[in-house]
Amino acid sequence: MSILVIAEHDNTSIRPSTLNTIAAAKLLGDDIHLFVATSNSELPNSASTIESVSKVISSVDDTLEHQLPEALAPMIKEVATNYSHVLAPATTFGKNLMPRASALLDSQQISDISGVIDQDTFKRPIYAGSCIATVKSNDSVKLITVRATAFDPVQLIGGSAAVESFDSVVSNDKSEFVSEEIAKSDRPELTAADVIISGGRGMQSGDNFHLLETIADKLGAAVGASRAAVDAGFVPNDYQVGQTGKIVAPNLYIAVGISGAIQHLAGMKDSKVIVAINKDEDAPIFQVADYGLVADLFNALPELADKI
Amino acid sequence: MKILVPIKRVVDYNVKVRPLSDNSNVDLNNVKMAVNPFCEIAVEEAVRLKESGTATEIIAVTVGTSASQEQLRTALALGCDRAILIESVDNPEPLVIAKALAKIFEEENPDLIILGKQAIDGDNNQTGQMLSAILDLPQATFASKLAIEGQTANVTREIDGGLQTIKVNLPAIVTTDLRLNEPRYASLPNIMKAKKKELATKNINDLGIDTSARTEIISVELPPQREAGIKVESVDELVDKLKNEAKAI
Repeated sequence: MSILVIAEHDNTSIRPSTLNTIAAAKLLGDDIHLFVATSNSELPNSASTIESVSKVISSVDDTLEHQLPEALAPMIKEVATNYSHVLAPATTFGKNLMPRASALLDSQQISDISGVIDQDTFKRPIYAGSCIATVKSNDSVKLITVRATAFDPVQLIGGSAAVESFDSVVSNDKSEFVSEEIAKSDRPELTAADVIISGGRGMQSGDNFHLLETIADKLGAAVGASRAAVDAGFVPNDYQVGQTGKIVAPNLYIAVGISGAIQHLAGMKDSKVIVAINKDEDAPIFQVADYGLVADLFNALPELADKI
Repeated sequence: MKILVPIKRVVDYNVKVRPLSDNSNVDLNNVKMAVNPFCEIAVEEAVRLKESGTATEIIAVTVGTSASQEQLRTALALGCDRAILIESVDNPEPLVIAKALAKIFEEENPDLIILGKQAIDGDNNQTGQMLSAILDLPQATFASKLAIEGQTANVTREIDGGLQTIKVNLPAIVTTDLRLNEPRYASLPNIMKAKKKELATKNINDLGIDTSARTEIISVELPPQREAGIKVESVDELVDKLKNEAKAI
Protein backbone atom coordinates (compact mmCIF):
# COMPACT_ATOMS: atom_id res chain seq x y z
CA MET A 1 0.00 0.00 0.00
CA SER A 2 0.99 3.63 -0.37
CA ILE A 3 2.39 5.93 2.28
CA LEU A 4 0.83 9.32 3.01
CA VAL A 5 2.92 12.23 4.30
CA ILE A 6 1.24 15.35 5.72
CA ALA A 7 3.15 18.42 4.53
CA GLU A 8 4.16 21.08 7.03
CA HIS A 9 4.36 24.50 5.40
CA ASP A 10 3.76 28.20 6.00
CA ASN A 11 1.56 28.62 2.88
CA THR A 12 4.62 29.98 1.07
CA SER A 13 7.01 27.08 1.10
CA ILE A 14 7.24 23.50 2.30
CA ARG A 15 9.12 23.26 5.61
CA PRO A 16 12.36 21.26 5.75
CA SER A 17 10.80 18.93 8.39
CA THR A 18 8.53 17.61 5.61
CA LEU A 19 11.61 16.53 3.63
CA ASN A 20 12.96 14.53 6.59
CA THR A 21 9.54 12.94 7.02
CA ILE A 22 9.47 11.88 3.36
CA ALA A 23 12.91 10.30 3.92
CA ALA A 24 11.40 8.20 6.73
CA ALA A 25 8.46 7.29 4.45
CA LYS A 26 10.90 5.96 1.85
CA LEU A 27 11.92 3.26 4.33
CA LEU A 28 8.30 2.05 4.39
CA GLY A 29 7.35 2.02 0.70
CA ASP A 30 8.01 3.40 -2.77
CA ASP A 31 4.66 5.02 -3.48
CA ILE A 32 4.68 8.19 -1.40
CA HIS A 33 1.84 10.70 -1.57
CA LEU A 34 2.04 14.18 -0.05
CA PHE A 35 -1.06 15.84 1.42
CA VAL A 36 -0.89 19.63 1.10
CA ALA A 37 -3.73 21.54 2.77
CA THR A 38 -3.22 25.26 2.21
CA SER A 39 -4.72 28.62 1.33
CA ASN A 40 -2.14 29.10 -1.44
CA SER A 41 -3.13 27.52 -4.75
CA GLU A 42 0.49 27.65 -6.00
CA LEU A 43 1.93 25.58 -3.16
CA PRO A 44 0.75 22.08 -4.28
CA ASN A 45 2.39 22.58 -7.68
CA SER A 46 5.66 23.69 -6.16
CA ALA A 47 5.56 20.64 -3.86
CA SER A 48 5.23 18.33 -6.88
CA THR A 49 8.98 18.60 -7.59
CA ILE A 50 10.00 17.07 -4.25
CA GLU A 51 12.16 13.98 -4.67
CA SER A 52 10.42 10.59 -4.19
CA VAL A 53 6.86 11.95 -4.09
CA SER A 54 4.62 10.26 -6.69
CA LYS A 55 1.42 12.17 -6.02
CA VAL A 56 0.47 15.43 -4.36
CA ILE A 57 -3.02 15.48 -2.87
CA SER A 58 -3.97 19.10 -2.84
CA SER A 59 -6.65 20.79 -0.80
CA VAL A 60 -6.79 24.54 -1.36
CA ASP A 61 -9.20 26.73 0.55
CA ASP A 62 -8.96 30.08 2.33
CA THR A 63 -10.12 28.46 5.56
CA LEU A 64 -7.01 26.26 5.56
CA GLU A 65 -4.61 29.17 6.08
CA HIS A 66 -3.90 28.31 9.72
CA GLN A 67 -4.39 24.56 9.38
CA LEU A 68 -6.25 24.19 12.66
CA PRO A 69 -6.54 20.52 13.66
CA GLU A 70 -10.32 20.71 14.13
CA ALA A 71 -10.58 21.11 10.33
CA LEU A 72 -7.53 19.17 9.21
CA ALA A 73 -7.87 15.98 11.27
CA PRO A 74 -11.27 14.94 9.77
CA MET A 75 -9.81 15.53 6.29
CA ILE A 76 -6.84 13.31 7.08
CA LYS A 77 -9.24 10.68 8.40
CA GLU A 78 -11.01 10.64 5.06
CA VAL A 79 -7.85 10.55 2.96
CA ALA A 80 -6.06 8.02 5.18
CA THR A 81 -8.33 5.08 4.41
CA ASN A 82 -6.28 4.33 1.27
CA TYR A 83 -2.95 4.15 3.08
CA SER A 84 -1.04 1.78 5.35
CA HIS A 85 0.92 4.59 7.03
CA VAL A 86 0.31 8.31 7.58
CA LEU A 87 3.39 10.30 8.59
CA ALA A 88 3.95 13.87 9.77
CA PRO A 89 6.95 15.60 11.32
CA ALA A 90 7.14 15.56 15.13
CA THR A 91 7.15 19.36 15.25
CA THR A 92 4.54 21.40 17.12
CA PHE A 93 2.48 21.23 13.89
CA GLY A 94 2.54 17.43 13.71
CA LYS A 95 2.31 16.90 17.46
CA ASN A 96 -0.83 19.03 17.60
CA LEU A 97 -2.53 17.50 14.57
CA MET A 98 -1.69 13.81 14.35
CA PRO A 99 -3.09 12.40 17.61
CA ARG A 100 -6.43 14.02 16.75
CA ALA A 101 -6.45 12.29 13.37
CA SER A 102 -5.23 9.06 14.98
CA ALA A 103 -8.11 8.94 17.47
CA LEU A 104 -10.61 9.64 14.67
CA LEU A 105 -9.18 6.58 12.90
CA ASP A 106 -9.19 4.57 16.17
CA SER A 107 -5.46 3.99 15.74
CA GLN A 108 -2.78 4.20 18.45
CA GLN A 109 -0.23 6.66 17.09
CA ILE A 110 3.50 5.97 17.30
CA SER A 111 5.13 9.29 18.29
CA ASP A 112 8.53 10.70 17.40
CA ILE A 113 10.12 7.73 15.65
CA SER A 114 13.90 7.79 15.25
CA GLY A 115 14.18 4.57 13.25
CA VAL A 116 12.24 2.18 11.01
CA ILE A 117 12.79 -1.57 11.53
CA ASP A 118 10.03 -2.86 9.25
CA GLN A 119 6.48 -1.96 8.17
CA ASP A 120 5.14 -2.43 11.71
CA THR A 121 8.14 -1.84 13.94
CA PHE A 122 9.80 1.41 14.92
CA LYS A 123 12.40 2.81 17.26
CA ARG A 124 11.57 5.80 19.42
CA PRO A 125 13.11 7.58 22.41
CA ILE A 126 11.31 7.37 25.76
CA TYR A 127 12.05 8.87 29.20
CA ALA A 128 13.64 12.01 27.73
CA GLY A 129 15.89 9.91 25.52
CA SER A 130 17.30 7.84 28.42
CA CYS A 131 16.10 4.72 26.64
CA ILE A 132 15.19 3.73 23.10
CA ALA A 133 12.10 1.54 22.75
CA THR A 134 11.42 -0.75 19.80
CA VAL A 135 7.65 -0.73 19.35
CA LYS A 136 5.44 -2.83 17.11
CA SER A 137 2.08 -1.50 15.96
CA ASN A 138 -0.84 -3.83 15.21
CA ASP A 139 -3.15 -1.14 13.83
CA SER A 140 -4.14 -1.43 10.16
CA VAL A 141 -3.56 2.28 9.48
CA LYS A 142 -0.49 3.49 11.34
CA LEU A 143 -0.21 7.15 12.26
CA ILE A 144 3.35 8.19 12.95
CA THR A 145 5.23 11.36 13.82
CA VAL A 146 8.85 11.50 12.74
CA ARG A 147 11.85 12.94 14.58
CA ALA A 148 13.26 15.02 11.72
CA THR A 149 16.90 14.95 12.83
CA ALA A 150 16.99 11.15 12.64
CA PHE A 151 16.42 11.05 8.85
CA ASP A 152 18.48 12.84 6.18
CA PRO A 153 16.14 15.01 4.09
CA VAL A 154 15.15 14.30 0.49
CA GLN A 155 15.72 17.05 -2.08
CA LEU A 156 13.17 19.74 -2.89
CA ILE A 157 13.75 19.08 -6.59
CA GLY A 158 14.08 16.08 -8.86
CA GLY A 159 10.54 14.73 -8.61
CA SER A 160 7.55 15.14 -10.89
CA ALA A 161 4.44 14.16 -8.98
CA ALA A 162 0.92 14.28 -10.32
CA VAL A 163 -1.29 16.78 -8.48
CA GLU A 164 -4.73 15.56 -7.55
CA SER A 165 -7.25 17.69 -5.76
CA PHE A 166 -9.18 16.68 -2.67
CA ASP A 167 -12.16 18.93 -2.26
CA SER A 168 -13.98 17.95 0.91
CA VAL A 169 -12.91 20.81 3.12
CA VAL A 170 -14.27 20.49 6.65
CA SER A 171 -15.76 23.58 8.24
CA ASN A 172 -14.59 24.43 11.74
CA ASP A 173 -16.71 26.50 14.08
CA LYS A 174 -14.99 25.25 17.25
CA SER A 175 -11.78 27.22 17.16
CA GLU A 176 -10.37 30.23 15.39
CA PHE A 177 -6.97 31.76 14.80
CA VAL A 178 -6.44 35.08 16.59
CA SER A 179 -2.80 36.06 16.14
CA GLU A 180 0.73 34.85 15.77
CA GLU A 181 4.05 36.20 17.01
CA ILE A 182 6.85 34.59 15.13
CA ALA A 183 10.27 35.66 16.36
CA LYS A 184 11.94 37.50 13.51
CA SER A 185 15.63 37.00 13.23
CA ASP A 186 18.28 37.22 10.55
CA ARG A 187 19.83 34.11 12.00
CA PRO A 188 18.83 30.64 10.77
CA GLU A 189 16.08 28.69 12.49
CA LEU A 190 17.31 26.34 15.23
CA THR A 191 16.07 23.16 13.61
CA ALA A 192 17.58 24.08 10.23
CA ALA A 193 20.88 25.63 11.38
CA ASP A 194 24.25 24.21 10.45
CA VAL A 195 25.85 25.67 13.58
CA ILE A 196 24.18 26.35 16.93
CA ILE A 197 25.58 28.16 19.95
CA SER A 198 23.50 27.69 23.11
CA GLY A 199 23.65 29.23 26.55
CA GLY A 200 22.63 27.83 29.90
CA ARG A 201 22.16 29.03 33.43
CA GLY A 202 25.86 29.96 33.48
CA MET A 203 25.05 32.92 31.22
CA GLN A 204 23.59 34.56 34.36
CA SER A 205 21.23 36.92 32.49
CA GLY A 206 19.44 37.45 29.21
CA ASP A 207 21.61 40.48 28.48
CA ASN A 208 24.70 38.29 28.44
CA PHE A 209 23.29 36.34 25.49
CA HIS A 210 24.73 39.11 23.26
CA LEU A 211 28.09 37.38 23.85
CA LEU A 212 26.66 34.34 22.06
CA GLU A 213 24.98 36.44 19.37
CA THR A 214 28.28 38.05 18.36
CA ILE A 215 29.76 34.61 17.73
CA ALA A 216 26.56 33.37 16.08
CA ASP A 217 26.66 36.24 13.59
CA LYS A 218 30.27 35.44 12.68
CA LEU A 219 29.48 31.76 12.15
CA GLY A 220 26.04 32.14 10.59
CA ALA A 221 24.76 30.19 13.56
CA ALA A 222 21.45 30.00 15.41
CA VAL A 223 21.27 30.81 19.12
CA GLY A 224 19.72 28.28 21.49
CA ALA A 225 19.35 27.81 25.22
CA SER A 226 18.93 25.12 27.84
CA ARG A 227 15.68 24.70 29.73
CA ALA A 228 17.38 26.15 32.82
CA ALA A 229 18.10 29.38 30.93
CA VAL A 230 14.50 29.52 29.67
CA ASP A 231 13.06 28.78 33.11
CA ALA A 232 15.27 31.53 34.56
CA GLY A 233 13.66 33.93 32.08
CA PHE A 234 16.89 34.75 30.19
CA VAL A 235 15.38 34.01 26.76
CA PRO A 236 12.00 32.97 25.26
CA ASN A 237 10.94 29.35 25.16
CA ASP A 238 11.42 29.04 21.40
CA TYR A 239 15.20 29.12 22.10
CA GLN A 240 14.92 25.91 24.09
CA VAL A 241 16.92 22.88 22.93
CA GLY A 242 16.04 19.65 24.69
CA GLN A 243 13.43 16.99 25.20
CA THR A 244 10.77 19.59 26.02
CA GLY A 245 12.05 22.02 23.41
CA LYS A 246 13.59 21.53 20.00
CA ILE A 247 15.52 18.47 18.89
CA VAL A 248 18.53 19.56 16.85
CA ALA A 249 21.46 17.87 15.12
CA PRO A 250 23.68 20.53 13.51
CA ASN A 251 27.22 20.03 12.24
CA LEU A 252 28.55 22.05 15.16
CA TYR A 253 26.90 22.58 18.54
CA ILE A 254 28.58 24.90 21.03
CA ALA A 255 27.20 24.58 24.58
CA VAL A 256 28.16 27.50 26.82
CA GLY A 257 27.49 27.51 30.56
CA ILE A 258 25.30 24.43 30.16
CA SER A 259 25.84 21.67 32.71
CA GLY A 260 24.39 18.94 30.49
CA ALA A 261 21.17 17.71 32.12
CA ILE A 262 19.82 14.62 30.37
CA GLN A 263 16.86 16.73 29.28
CA HIS A 264 19.22 18.97 27.30
CA LEU A 265 21.44 16.17 25.99
CA ALA A 266 18.35 14.45 24.58
CA GLY A 267 17.85 17.43 22.30
CA MET A 268 21.39 17.86 20.92
CA LYS A 269 23.51 14.76 21.37
CA ASP A 270 23.15 13.72 17.71
CA SER A 271 25.07 16.84 16.63
CA LYS A 272 28.17 15.97 14.58
CA VAL A 273 30.68 18.02 16.60
CA ILE A 274 29.96 19.20 20.13
CA VAL A 275 31.95 21.88 21.94
CA ALA A 276 31.41 22.60 25.63
CA ILE A 277 32.62 25.68 27.48
CA ASN A 278 32.04 25.49 31.22
CA LYS A 279 33.99 26.49 34.29
CA ASP A 280 32.98 23.32 36.16
CA GLU A 281 35.33 20.61 34.91
CA ASP A 282 33.01 17.89 36.24
CA ALA A 283 29.95 19.13 34.31
CA PRO A 284 28.27 16.16 32.54
CA ILE A 285 28.27 18.10 29.26
CA PHE A 286 32.00 17.25 28.93
CA GLN A 287 31.08 13.55 28.69
CA VAL A 288 29.45 14.12 25.31
CA ALA A 289 31.66 16.96 24.05
CA ASP A 290 34.27 16.36 21.35
CA TYR A 291 36.10 19.46 22.54
CA GLY A 292 35.80 20.71 26.08
CA LEU A 293 37.17 23.98 27.36
CA VAL A 294 37.21 24.49 31.14
CA ALA A 295 37.04 28.26 31.40
CA ASP A 296 35.03 31.23 32.61
CA LEU A 297 32.68 31.92 29.73
CA PHE A 298 32.91 35.67 30.30
CA ASN A 299 36.61 35.48 29.36
CA ALA A 300 36.35 32.72 26.77
CA LEU A 301 33.46 34.10 24.67
CA PRO A 302 34.97 37.51 23.79
CA GLU A 303 38.26 35.78 22.97
CA LEU A 304 36.46 33.22 20.81
CA ALA A 305 34.56 35.99 19.03
CA ASP A 306 37.89 37.65 18.19
CA LYS A 307 39.63 34.55 16.94
CA ILE A 308 37.09 32.90 14.67
CA MET B 1 -17.31 26.55 35.89
CA LYS B 2 -16.31 22.96 36.45
CA ILE B 3 -12.81 21.82 35.48
CA LEU B 4 -11.61 18.27 34.90
CA VAL B 5 -7.87 17.73 35.35
CA PRO B 6 -6.54 14.36 34.17
CA ILE B 7 -3.16 13.55 35.72
CA LYS B 8 -0.62 10.72 35.47
CA ARG B 9 1.64 8.86 37.88
CA VAL B 10 5.13 8.68 36.37
CA VAL B 11 8.71 8.14 37.41
CA ASP B 12 10.07 11.20 39.23
CA TYR B 13 11.87 13.43 36.74
CA ASN B 14 15.14 13.20 38.68
CA VAL B 15 15.37 9.41 38.24
CA LYS B 16 17.71 8.15 35.54
CA VAL B 17 15.72 5.35 33.94
CA ARG B 18 17.54 2.30 32.60
CA PRO B 19 16.41 -0.83 30.71
CA LEU B 20 15.86 -4.14 32.53
CA SER B 21 18.77 -6.54 32.14
CA ASP B 22 16.76 -8.65 29.66
CA ASN B 23 15.86 -5.47 27.72
CA SER B 24 12.16 -6.35 27.85
CA ASN B 25 11.16 -2.95 29.26
CA VAL B 26 12.43 -0.17 31.50
CA ASP B 27 13.44 -1.00 35.05
CA LEU B 28 10.96 0.64 37.41
CA ASN B 29 11.72 -1.45 40.47
CA ASN B 30 11.99 0.69 43.60
CA VAL B 31 12.09 4.00 41.78
CA LYS B 32 10.46 7.14 43.13
CA MET B 33 7.11 7.98 41.50
CA ALA B 34 5.50 11.42 41.23
CA VAL B 35 2.83 13.46 39.50
CA ASN B 36 3.92 14.11 35.91
CA PRO B 37 5.40 17.66 35.88
CA PHE B 38 3.14 18.88 33.05
CA CYS B 39 0.12 17.59 35.03
CA GLU B 40 1.25 19.64 38.05
CA ILE B 41 1.10 22.70 35.81
CA ALA B 42 -2.45 21.67 34.78
CA VAL B 43 -3.53 21.32 38.42
CA GLU B 44 -1.96 24.69 39.26
CA GLU B 45 -3.80 26.43 36.40
CA ALA B 46 -7.13 24.96 37.51
CA VAL B 47 -6.51 25.98 41.12
CA ARG B 48 -5.66 29.55 40.03
CA LEU B 49 -8.92 29.68 38.05
CA LYS B 50 -10.76 28.65 41.19
CA GLU B 51 -8.90 31.18 43.34
CA SER B 52 -9.79 33.95 40.88
CA GLY B 53 -13.46 33.00 41.11
CA THR B 54 -13.73 31.66 37.54
CA ALA B 55 -13.96 27.99 38.51
CA THR B 56 -16.16 26.48 41.18
CA GLU B 57 -15.11 22.85 41.22
CA ILE B 58 -11.98 20.93 40.17
CA ILE B 59 -12.02 17.18 39.67
CA ALA B 60 -8.74 15.31 39.32
CA VAL B 61 -8.88 12.02 37.42
CA THR B 62 -6.35 9.38 36.51
CA VAL B 63 -6.27 6.07 34.69
CA GLY B 64 -3.90 3.55 36.23
CA THR B 65 -3.32 1.04 39.00
CA SER B 66 -4.47 1.62 42.58
CA ALA B 67 -1.00 3.01 43.32
CA SER B 68 -2.08 6.15 41.43
CA GLN B 69 -4.22 7.11 44.45
CA GLU B 70 -1.04 8.62 45.86
CA GLN B 71 -0.85 11.12 42.98
CA LEU B 72 -4.58 11.88 43.20
CA ARG B 73 -4.06 12.72 46.90
CA THR B 74 -1.29 15.09 45.87
CA ALA B 75 -3.67 16.77 43.42
CA LEU B 76 -6.26 17.06 46.20
CA ALA B 77 -3.65 18.58 48.50
CA LEU B 78 -2.81 21.13 45.81
CA GLY B 79 -6.43 22.27 45.66
CA CYS B 80 -8.57 19.85 43.64
CA ASP B 81 -11.97 19.25 45.26
CA ARG B 82 -12.42 15.56 44.54
CA ALA B 83 -10.77 12.79 42.60
CA ILE B 84 -11.63 9.79 40.44
CA LEU B 85 -9.39 6.78 39.93
CA ILE B 86 -10.15 4.66 36.89
CA GLU B 87 -8.44 1.42 37.76
CA SER B 88 -6.70 -0.28 34.85
CA VAL B 89 -3.61 -2.25 34.00
CA ASP B 90 -0.34 -0.41 34.55
CA ASN B 91 0.46 2.13 31.84
CA PRO B 92 -2.45 1.85 29.38
CA GLU B 93 -1.98 3.35 25.92
CA PRO B 94 -2.96 7.00 25.32
CA LEU B 95 -5.90 5.99 23.08
CA VAL B 96 -7.35 3.86 25.91
CA ILE B 97 -6.78 6.66 28.44
CA ALA B 98 -8.51 9.14 26.12
CA LYS B 99 -11.51 6.82 25.70
CA ALA B 100 -11.80 6.38 29.47
CA LEU B 101 -11.53 10.14 30.08
CA ALA B 102 -14.23 10.74 27.47
CA LYS B 103 -16.59 8.59 29.59
CA ILE B 104 -15.80 10.67 32.67
CA PHE B 105 -16.43 13.83 30.63
CA GLU B 106 -19.89 12.52 29.72
CA GLU B 107 -20.68 11.86 33.40
CA GLU B 108 -19.30 15.10 34.79
CA ASN B 109 -19.94 17.58 31.96
CA PRO B 110 -17.04 19.92 32.80
CA ASP B 111 -16.62 23.26 30.99
CA LEU B 112 -12.89 22.85 30.65
CA ILE B 113 -10.37 20.03 30.67
CA ILE B 114 -6.77 20.94 31.45
CA LEU B 115 -4.05 18.31 31.16
CA GLY B 116 -0.31 18.06 30.60
CA LYS B 117 0.96 18.16 27.02
CA GLN B 118 2.92 14.96 27.55
CA ALA B 119 3.88 12.49 30.24
CA ILE B 120 7.62 12.24 30.82
CA ASP B 121 7.59 8.42 30.72
CA GLY B 122 6.35 7.56 27.22
CA ASP B 123 6.82 11.13 25.87
CA ASN B 124 3.86 10.47 23.56
CA ASN B 125 2.13 13.86 23.61
CA GLN B 126 -1.21 12.38 22.48
CA THR B 127 -3.87 12.09 25.19
CA GLY B 128 -5.31 15.63 25.09
CA GLN B 129 -5.56 15.72 21.32
CA MET B 130 -7.13 12.23 21.22
CA LEU B 131 -9.66 13.18 23.90
CA SER B 132 -10.60 16.27 21.87
CA ALA B 133 -11.14 14.10 18.80
CA ILE B 134 -13.29 11.56 20.62
CA LEU B 135 -15.45 14.29 22.19
CA ASP B 136 -15.44 16.40 19.00
CA LEU B 137 -14.30 19.40 21.06
CA PRO B 138 -11.74 22.10 20.23
CA GLN B 139 -8.16 21.67 21.42
CA ALA B 140 -5.63 24.25 22.56
CA THR B 141 -2.34 22.42 22.97
CA PHE B 142 1.02 23.55 24.44
CA ALA B 143 -0.59 26.48 26.25
CA SER B 144 1.57 29.19 27.79
CA LYS B 145 -1.36 31.51 28.58
CA LEU B 146 -5.03 30.84 29.24
CA ALA B 147 -7.74 33.50 29.52
CA ILE B 148 -11.39 32.56 30.00
CA GLU B 149 -13.85 35.00 28.45
CA GLY B 150 -17.45 33.93 28.91
CA GLN B 151 -18.11 30.86 26.81
CA THR B 152 -14.73 31.00 25.07
CA ALA B 153 -11.07 30.73 26.00
CA ASN B 154 -8.19 32.65 24.47
CA VAL B 155 -5.15 30.44 24.54
CA THR B 156 -1.59 31.37 23.63
CA ARG B 157 0.29 28.33 22.35
CA GLU B 158 4.02 27.62 22.17
CA ILE B 159 4.73 26.77 18.53
CA ASP B 160 8.01 26.31 16.65
CA GLY B 161 9.43 29.77 16.10
CA GLY B 162 7.12 31.68 18.42
CA LEU B 163 3.62 31.96 19.82
CA GLN B 164 0.16 31.49 18.38
CA THR B 165 -3.07 32.68 19.97
CA ILE B 166 -6.33 30.90 19.23
CA LYS B 167 -9.86 31.27 20.51
CA VAL B 168 -11.78 28.11 21.38
CA ASN B 169 -15.40 27.59 22.30
CA LEU B 170 -16.02 25.95 25.67
CA PRO B 171 -16.03 23.17 26.59
CA ALA B 172 -12.48 22.78 25.33
CA ILE B 173 -9.35 20.77 26.00
CA VAL B 174 -6.20 22.67 26.98
CA THR B 175 -2.80 21.02 27.26
CA THR B 176 -0.09 22.73 29.29
CA ASP B 177 3.39 23.79 28.31
CA LEU B 178 6.17 24.67 30.74
CA ARG B 179 5.68 28.40 30.94
CA LEU B 180 1.96 28.43 31.70
CA ASN B 181 2.68 28.81 35.43
CA GLU B 182 4.97 27.72 38.23
CA PRO B 183 3.24 25.06 40.35
CA ARG B 184 3.06 25.49 44.12
CA TYR B 185 4.04 22.93 46.72
CA ALA B 186 1.39 21.30 48.87
CA SER B 187 1.39 22.59 52.46
CA LEU B 188 1.23 20.17 55.36
CA PRO B 189 -2.25 21.28 56.51
CA ASN B 190 -3.51 20.84 52.94
CA ILE B 191 -1.94 17.38 52.73
CA MET B 192 -3.83 16.45 55.91
CA LYS B 193 -7.08 17.95 54.59
CA ALA B 194 -6.68 16.08 51.29
CA LYS B 195 -6.96 12.76 53.14
CA LYS B 196 -10.60 13.57 53.90
CA LYS B 197 -11.55 14.61 50.37
CA GLU B 198 -13.62 12.28 48.20
CA LEU B 199 -11.71 9.79 46.03
CA ALA B 200 -14.03 7.60 43.95
CA THR B 201 -12.86 4.45 42.18
CA LYS B 202 -14.17 2.95 38.96
CA ASN B 203 -12.99 -0.04 36.99
CA ILE B 204 -12.01 0.64 33.40
CA ASN B 205 -13.75 -2.57 32.30
CA ASP B 206 -17.09 -1.14 33.43
CA LEU B 207 -16.87 1.89 31.12
CA GLY B 208 -17.87 0.04 27.96
CA ILE B 209 -14.77 1.00 25.97
CA ASP B 210 -12.27 -1.01 23.93
CA THR B 211 -9.23 -1.37 26.19
CA SER B 212 -7.17 -3.67 23.98
CA ALA B 213 -3.53 -2.70 23.45
CA ARG B 214 -2.62 -1.87 19.87
CA THR B 215 1.14 -1.80 20.28
CA GLU B 216 3.73 -4.01 21.91
CA ILE B 217 7.15 -3.20 23.26
CA ILE B 218 9.66 -5.48 21.56
CA SER B 219 12.68 -4.21 23.48
CA VAL B 220 14.12 -1.28 25.40
CA GLU B 221 17.77 -0.37 25.11
CA LEU B 222 20.18 2.35 26.11
CA PRO B 223 20.79 4.85 23.33
CA PRO B 224 24.17 4.64 21.59
CA GLN B 225 26.64 6.32 23.92
CA ARG B 226 28.68 9.19 22.67
CA GLU B 227 32.39 8.98 23.42
CA ALA B 228 33.80 11.87 25.40
CA GLY B 229 36.37 13.80 23.38
CA ILE B 230 39.31 15.82 24.60
CA LYS B 231 39.79 18.85 26.79
CA VAL B 232 41.49 21.78 25.12
CA GLU B 233 43.65 24.16 27.12
CA SER B 234 42.82 27.46 25.49
CA VAL B 235 40.53 29.29 23.09
CA ASP B 236 43.39 29.23 20.55
CA GLU B 237 43.58 25.46 20.70
CA LEU B 238 39.79 25.20 20.40
CA VAL B 239 39.69 27.38 17.30
CA ASP B 240 42.59 25.43 15.80
CA LYS B 241 40.86 22.07 16.42
CA LEU B 242 37.55 23.30 14.99
CA LYS B 243 39.25 24.66 11.88
CA ASN B 244 41.83 22.01 11.16
CA GLU B 245 40.71 18.79 12.84
CA ALA B 246 36.92 18.86 12.87
CA LYS B 247 36.69 21.26 9.92
CA ALA B 248 33.50 22.53 11.52
CA ILE B 249 34.10 26.27 11.03
